[in-house]
Amino acid sequence: MVARVDRYAAGVFILPAVVVILAFSIFPLLASLYVSLSRLGFSEGGVELKFVGFDNYAKLLFGIDHTHFLGVLGRPTVISIAFLGVAYGLILYLLYRYARGPNFTVGGLIGRLFAAVVTGALLFLVANTVLTSGRPGTLAVTIVYVAVDVTVQYAIGLGLALLVVQQLPGRRFFRVVFLLPMMITPVGVAYLFRMLTDTDKGPLYPLWVHFGLVDVSWVTNPWGARLAVMVGDIWQWTPFIFIVLLASIETLPHELVEAAVVDGATRWQVFWRITFPLILPATSTIVLIRLIEGFKIVDLPNVLTNGGPGTATESLTLHAYTIWRSLDIGGSAAVAYMLLIVVTFVGVTYVNLFRRRITGMS
Amino acid sequence: MALLRRANSVSTSTIGLPTMVVSYTLLFAWTFVVLFPLYWLAITAFKIPLDVNGGPFYIPWRDFQPTLENWRYIFVDLGEDTFRPYENTVVVGLTSTAITLLLGSMAAYGLVRMRYRVTIGAVLSFVAGVALAVLLVVVHAPWQIGGGVGFALFLLLLNTVAKRSKRALGNDDIAFWMISQRMLPPVAVVIPIYIFFQQLQLLDTWAALIIAYVASHLPIVVWLMRDYFQSIPLELEESAAIDGASPYRIFRSIVLPLAVPGLVATFLFVLVFAWNEYLIALFLTSANAQTLPLTIAAQNATRGPQWWYMSVLILIMIGPVIAMAIALERFIARGLLVGAVKG
Repeated sequence: MVARVDRYAAGVFILPAVVVILAFSIFPLLASLYVSLSRLGFSEGGVELKFVGFDNYAKLLFGIDHTHFLGVLGRPTVISIAFLGVAYGLILYLLYRYARGPNFTVGGLIGRLFAAVVTGALLFLVANTVLTSGRPGTLAVTIVYVAVDVTVQYAIGLGLALLVVQQLPGRRFFRVVFLLPMMITPVGVAYLFRMLTDTDKGPLYPLWVHFGLVDVSWVTNPWGARLAVMVGDIWQWTPFIFIVLLASIETLPHELVEAAVVDGATRWQVFWRITFPLILPATSTIVLIRLIEGFKIVDLPNVLTNGGPGTATESLTLHAYTIWRSLDIGGSAAVAYMLLIVVTFVGVTYVNLFRRRITGMS
Repeated sequence: MALLRRANSVSTSTIGLPTMVVSYTLLFAWTFVVLFPLYWLAITAFKIPLDVNGGPFYIPWRDFQPTLENWRYIFVDLGEDTFRPYENTVVVGLTSTAITLLLGSMAAYGLVRMRYRVTIGAVLSFVAGVALAVLLVVVHAPWQIGGGVGFALFLLLLNTVAKRSKRALGNDDIAFWMISQRMLPPVAVVIPIYIFFQQLQLLDTWAALIIAYVASHLPIVVWLMRDYFQSIPLELEESAAIDGASPYRIFRSIVLPLAVPGLVATFLFVLVFAWNEYLIALFLTSANAQTLPLTIAAQNATRGPQWWYMSVLILIMIGPVIAMAIALERFIARGLLVGAVKG
């Protein structure tokens, strides 16, 4: 009897989780796919989902909603061309290096070509809507949010971790304080930053007066509003990167650093030659998490600016929500699926190209 | 690794005065960046509307006279409208976190200590069964029949075709599958979940929110606890098994107690997510089961944002979580994020 129970133990341990995930992630995901291919219609006796094929997606990419989703391309400027030139050059260089390298396989090349083409297209969209006189759609805005937020969060988080890891008196105080923003509800952070950035009665009023910006309402300026969203997100999530990197640096063996210092290495050298390579695995994980979570941003823009001015600060999730509120459920699911596709693409590309290499190395 | 206490930091050499000055300057600069918004929040909660709108006033008693008026309004005048969301948030947050932690730890433990082999054939049989069930429901068969027929097909294939399949998915594949669910943007699944709970007439109830939160936070627990369990030495469990303890007993009396630091940190983490969650609550609740983030968001009423009331609400909402974070900081820093630290 006991042996029989034990034989099923493996299943007992894992099945509840599998069932929950199947029931509330996988099935809804499939159902969502169907919803995204249909339109809510009113028929006798209530509402009905009518199958419309790829209409909802076509609407987003080419139809009436494409300025909202993709934005309006501007005339190329020097900056946008330079940006794309550098980015495409880098992609081509990486492809070339892979093609000449020892690990070359045809399958690997096809995968990389696909990743390069999609990345190139996304960069093209971002460059020609953001860096020109065009207007970025929700896709480009979300990508900008994620790119800027993760970069700045990582830079500040790493800097703080390196500062706190020194044996200064009072480091426990800093650790606790730096952790706080992460605990605050994003809705609260949004209102907090609305108060703080108010040019008329916010605490920075003297500064605004000094720069003559009192009459400028940042809420009506698209980039001002986006900047406020990004500052809020950076404020909130820098602690997360800080705490993980701090834990990571603290577990490094001291001997390496001490030996290097004895050999006369400068702080700078110690960091680049020893600390940084050793925290690359933690870095790769934490950046992956923030990338994935960053794409889901919704509370901040919704509360801080209500997506405005116009749709300037709308993220993809907020876009899906606003369409849902106007009862276009199919369209909403289509936006959500686009988001899923982008997140999956970014996640998988990142894991395959960077993370596997880094964690394989350590 | 996690069990080893690494109390000290990298640099043990003494720190020069210039470095110290620069370090402290930067550290206090960021401390200011973190604390000033919270300070502003705290003083706004004690201002009357005139003091908020009349321009920035920084220091209580000197610039303005602090008042408890806003607190009275939130706790007495609003009363029920404050306590109900608060109760909802506490109940939903704690219950969903406890359930997630239990299910997630069990799965994580299974993935670390047991061997799973799911053949590709079994997976395909399952997919075929589901596909048939969905097809039947789409052509307007009752869902009971669709589900039954689909399940029958699954069993049939499983016992015939799937037996021949050799290639199988192992523990790592299952773990990756579970963890990768975190990539799923909630907005991509929330519509079917909404319809599902609508059919069950569970919209705007605790149950709906709890179930949705368990599902969406399970991957985090599996991911964090899996790494934590891996760091627990195997010997104890082996000797208990030799003494005849069942896997459940080993899990309950040996593994879980050893994993307390990891559990505490994961608990805090998941609780913060559930406590602050906005999007799913926005879809699934209206009046009864509304949680605090929605109450706060709703303060942006027709008369414009009521900063003073909002500040009180935000303060009472973040109070408990911040207190917990301060009390448990040591767990977060040490035991917990092993997973991320190891990569």
